[in-house]
Amino acid sequence: MTTLPTQTEKKLGLVIDLDTCVGCHACVVSCKGWNTENYGAPLSDQNAYGKDPVGTFLNRVHSYEVQPAQGAAQTIHFPKSCLHCEDAPCVTVCPTGASYKRVEDGIVLVNESDCIGCGLCAWACPYGAREMDAAEGVMKKCTLCVDRIYNENLPEEDRQPACVRTCPAGARHFGDLADETSDVSKLVAERGGFDLMPEQGTKPVNKYLPPRPKDEQIDILAPLLDPVAAEPQGFLGWLDKTLERIG
Amino acid sequence: MHPAPSIIFFTVFSGLGFGMLAFLGLGKPDVSGFTAFVFFAIAYLLAVGGLISSTFHLGNPQRAIKAFSQWRSSWLSREGCLAVATLVVMGLYAIGVVFFNTRIVPLGLLGAILSVATVFATSMIYTQMKTVPRWHHWTVPLLFMGYALTGGAFLTGQIQLATAGFATIGLMQVIYWVLGDNRFQQSGSTLETATGLGHIGKARMFEAPHSSKNYLMKEMVHVIGRKHARTLRIGGLVLASILPWAILMFLGFSHIMALLALIIHVTGALMTRWLFFAEAEHTVGLYYGQR
Ligand code: SF4
Ligand code: SF4
Ligand code: SF4
Repeated sequence: MTTLPTQTEKKLGLVIDLDTCVGCHACVVSCKGWNTENYGAPLSDQNAYGKDPVGTFLNRVHSYEVQPAQGAAQTIHFPKSCLHCEDAPCVTVCPTGASYKRVEDGIVLVNESDCIGCGLCAWACPYGAREMDAAEGVMKKCTLCVDRIYNENLPEEDRQPACVRTCPAGARHFGDLADETSDVSKLVAERGGFDLMPEQGTKPVNKYLPPRPKDEQIDILAPLLDPVAAEPQGFLGWLDKTLERIG
Repeated sequence: MHPAPSIIFFTVFSGLGFGMLAFLGLGKPDVSGFTAFVFFAIAYLLAVGGLISSTFHLGNPQRAIKAFSQWRSSWLSREGCLAVATLVVMGLYAIGVVFFNTRIVPLGLLGAILSVATVFATSMIYTQMKTVPRWHHWTVPLLFMGYALTGGAFLTGQIQLATAGFATIGLMQVIYWVLGDNRFQQSGSTLETATGLGHIGKARMFEAPHSSKNYLMKEMVHVIGRKHARTLRIGGLVLASILPWAILMFLGFSHIMALLALIIHVTGALMTRWLFFAEAEHTVGLYYGQR
């Protein structure tokens, strides 16, 4: 059914910390690996070793430079996967009922055996979180690793999305954002987690944590390390001038 | 947005076909027998041909039947249902007109309403996209219905209506362009809102996620060809609207002139429809430092 549930029991999602993400793309690789070997059609590549390689990914890491009014610019690595929106426009546009949002946990999924590959849901997503697989002709998107988080065949510590489990910087967190006492909810409250493109009215479940303010002073000892002499004097001064003349 | 030829052909030709069916349903022209057969055949060829062309861009067209199931929420599904309903109703109506020389007026009327509703549903597929601010506007349904009804009027020999229609679509096209050019800015979406980093300062793409293109960029960040947009706009406007209007207005009606006007109009309509897609900017472009 492509009508949205009015409410979901849980709101499972990710909290992504833009302060700690180092842009290593480990989550991109683990996501591609897990989702190629498991749930649904594999994430194919075309021309993988050729001139213009392309492929399907459910998670991509962008990098941005942000220039404040004063001071140095900041580089921010920016992982992006499906935000499992509460008001998911990608679901309601689907003509076949292949796209749906689960009532029990709010995960947005595609039933691939119903998908005709019309691509309309990818148009409807403001974030670019859906990609059509060129080999299978069906729409692929982040499943929140639905085949891991409830999977009792996995050891308990692995019952987390592959990207969360892999991230070496601990920049991705998984949990129930409907539960105010959950770790992820607390993290969002503490760090001022925000929505992407709130003006689109999609009410994303995933939240992003802003980069922490940069330290004003790098080192308390730094002032003691001021250069001693700006212009070399004495013997060094003579050497400097002589060398300059020769050079 | 990527201007896929299959979708451009689909929207233009099925629009013409359903426009024709709308007039035939109203008994314009009031013909029967073989003449009526020819009219209906052309209309069905256009409408069905367009619909078939639209399945060319599907990844799994063999499952297309499933697309009729979600009419409660999806405009694409509604369009499919309305198109089939129109073709069935008008088919029954056509049988009466062609073979029994009887016009079942209520059936024709229903068919005409369904025809217009089908074109409206097609236009709503685009109009509903909040992610494409240029499309998310009331001018889009008017434009689509304007093209369909003008073409339909012309193909069913309603010359006066068609003359007015050619002038109207030209005007609507200009309004669509003028209002559309600022829609992305007005939507308020920027790279700063897209990343949520606006509180720090001005954002700029530093590095793309991958060294090559991807599905998203090919499908939704189509920027090639936009630099000729101005020329194409003028060309499209002249061909789709001004020239056919002038031919009908000043050269009077003859079959050869009508054929010429038709070819010119359809060429122009294909051009403006190409622009409809190529000029439409999707919010995802922001993440890629392009629009
Ligand atoms: S991020 Fe995109 S694909 Fe995911 S739920 Fe929201 S609109 Fe749908
Ligand atoms: S591509 Fe598949 S999931 Fe997306 S709208 Fe079309 S049928 Fe639905
Ligand atoms: S939750 Fe799973 S599918 Fe989603 S981005 Fe992470 S690894 Fe990929």
